[in-house]
Amino acid sequence: MATQEEVFDKIRTALIDALGVDEDEVTPEATLVGDLGAESIDFLDIVFRLEKAFKINIPRGELFPEDILTNSEYIQDGKMTEPGVAELRKRMPFADLTDFAENPVVQDFGNLLTVADMCRFVESKLQNAG
Amino acid sequence: MRWYWIDRFVEFESGRRAKAIKVISLAEEHLHDHFPGYPVMPNTLIIEGVAQTGGLLVCEYGQFAEKVVLAKISKATFFGDAVAGDVLIYTTDVDYIKKDGAMVTGTVHREGELFAEMELVFAHLSTGHEDRTLFEPVTFLKMMRMLGAFEIGHAADGGPLIEPAHLLES
Repeated sequence: MATQEEVFDKIRTALIDALGVDEDEVTPEATLVGDLGAESIDFLDIVFRLEKAFKINIPRGELFPEDILTNSEYIQDGKMTEPGVAELRKRMPFADLTDFAENPVVQDFGNLLTVADMCRFVESKLQNAG
Repeated sequence: MRWYWIDRFVEFESGRRAKAIKVISLAEEHLHDHFPGYPVMPNTLIIEGVAQTGGLLVCEYGQFAEKVVLAKISKATFFGDAVAGDVLIYTTDVDYIKKDGAMVTGTVHREGELFAEMELVFAHLSTGHEDRTLFEPVTFLKMMRMLGAFEIGHAADGGPLIEPAHLLES
């Protein structure tokens, strides 16, 4: 079982390679979109690198639940509805949605995910696998 | 002009590696348009050639059933200019492949020396694109035949690369 430090190191390497960022930019607090400049297609690249590095399987939509974010049932006037936010919490237990839930503008969601969230996500995958 | 940026496969190992050659000629118009008076092959078209080499490798792995698109050039580094008379060898190695797409490392060699290296990400278009056709199956068959893939290729089990039955039927 990989330690937290090992998980972070591998994630940092994946992000450096996928996003062309410098090592010191990849901090636990850094957001993938806002701070590290990830675009939507980068998530596919990142997922491939994580799967390869950790020998895990990440089904589409698990790390970034685009299906919820584009589901009209969960969106009203550009904001997630309460059931939508509840669904996000269920699907993303690794992410801190507190701030987002206060003003759940869908457009802002992309800037929510941090490196620390990604570490928690991988750790939970490794625990379930182990 | 046809959008072929490789001339022939010289190696094709299903799901693993493909190697193709590109011979650059002054007869190619793009050489003259890039920097007028200084005919060089644009690096973007070299990347396209490497992507075609790797893309067909990824397509073949999925028996040409997936809509494979070049999603991202993660990195690309060039060490010189490619000019008329050059023979470029494009080598693509599959780093990772799954149902969503693939990661491929590409290198370009000229006269035995490393000329360029790159990392490419291919995606399979799925959700929302079920009814779209990027290429007719017969196009793939013609392309693979013309580039000599079935003449020199090997399947994953080491046997000869076989033309997929569903492409032959089409």
